[in-house]
Amino acid sequence: MGNWIQVCQAEDIEAEDVIRFDHGDRTFAIYRSNDDQYYASDGLCTHENVHLAGGFVMDNIIECPKHNGRFDIATGEAKGAPACIDLRTYPVKVEGGQVVIDIS
Amino acid sequence: MVIRPFYGIFVHMTAEFTKRDYSLVGLDSKLAEENGLANAEWYASDIPRKRMKELIQRRNGPAIRDTAIWFILLIISGTAGYMLWGSWWAIIPFMIYGVLYGSASDSRWHECGHRTAFRTKWMNDVVYEIASFMVLRESVPWRWSHTRHHTDTIIVGRDPEIPSPRPPDLLGIALAVFSLKSGPKELSKVLLHCTGRLNAAEETYIPEEERNKVYRNARIWVMIFAVVIAAAIVSGSILPLMYIGLPSFYGAWEMVLCGLTQHIGLAEDVLDHRLNCRTVYMNRVSRFLYWEMNYHVEHHMFPMVPYHNLGKLHEELKYDMPVPYSGFLEAYKEIIPALFRQVKDPTYYVKRELPSSAKPAMPGPVVAMMPE
Repeated sequence: MGNWIQVCQAEDIEAEDVIRFDHGDRTFAIYRSNDDQYYASDGLCTHENVHLAGGFVMDNIIECPKHNGRFDIATGEAKGAPACIDLRTYPVKVEGGQVVIDIS
Repeated sequence: MVIRPFYGIFVHMTAEFTKRDYSLVGLDSKLAEENGLANAEWYASDIPRKRMKELIQRRNGPAIRDTAIWFILLIISGTAGYMLWGSWWAIIPFMIYGVLYGSASDSRWHECGHRTAFRTKWMNDVVYEIASFMVLRESVPWRWSHTRHHTDTIIVGRDPEIPSPRPPDLLGIALAVFSLKSGPKELSKVLLHCTGRLNAAEETYIPEEERNKVYRNARIWVMIFAVVIAAAIVSGSILPLMYIGLPSFYGAWEMVLCGLTQHIGLAEDVLDHRLNCRTVYMNRVSRFLYWEMNYHVEHHMFPMVPYHNLGKLHEELKYDMPVPYSGFLEAYKEIIPALFRQVKDPTYYVKRELPSSAKPAMPGPVVAMMPE
């Protein structure tokens, strides 16, 4: 069943960009790629507690604004030091123009 | 209890200045954590996200061009040095070769370490490894050291790259002109790493999973140096060492000239890069060798911006920044007297003035306290 929650309107995220989404005491990063695919991951860099939403998406890679740690936005894979631990990712879908993510 | 002066705020002191512990495993390290200076939130100037998205865009073109020029100049000066070897004229090409090898490698190491120089990751990584060897900074330890430098810039007990702990070691700074202090220290660390060990400070910032790379790379370095030294012995000439090994020392002066302007004499333990970094206007040659790191406040505040866009970022942020230094002369007019004054008064530092258009400084926690 999952625990799907509404995040924002699909157009609230620009192409090749990221926004921060807080839910309860959790924080997420929600991404939109250049080809309009949506992805979601934990919001904090696994290297240090920096919000990834302060960073930028380039070629489906999110780059942490503090130390340039990089992660694949689709898989959460860490792409090299100082990012060594993968990001947890979450299922995303767009329904009726709304971005929803499964945080279960 | 001694309460230290912090960001110019003098509280009472029950004793004379207490020498601070700049090591990463000492008392000041613990205090930095307790006082909220470690992994803290830093000030960042406002800039529209749309504009920042333009500025962070990576391109291969500028770095391929600059790297090609760099290597071509190394080959030309190295060849001229070989042809003139045996005459005093060889000094000129080797001076050029030395600066390209021992100084320009510093900025290539730095930019490729951030992986912002090239758009393509492997290009950053290849140039990073080569430049690390040239500048005598082991690639893995220094990547983590520099990461910490960005997390906790000039936070005592946290930043492993504080260039001049107070009171300043003037002899050490003089020796740095030819890497005579840092060079042997780095080489001794290479030998330590060859044995499969790290020092205590390195253990605080190099993750377990990266340590085998440290040991492997150190062994590769030792093999390269062994081959060059053997070549020098067999040929009965220091010429091989003039190309690999020695230029890290005789060519380091230009790196020091630029690098000392970054932080020396400025505030410690503040959470605002406008107060502990300098932006210095430099000539075109220096900016080529230094890969625009003269825009140092901007780089620390937004390390995602590649070197070739730092000038543009500087223009965007001018309203919120201290007035940049007009050149080396103005910077050193401040740095040299500050160093001499800090020898006598280690609590002294240069307070950067922010323009009226700027947002207020973010000094961080008010005092750092330490028990007697």
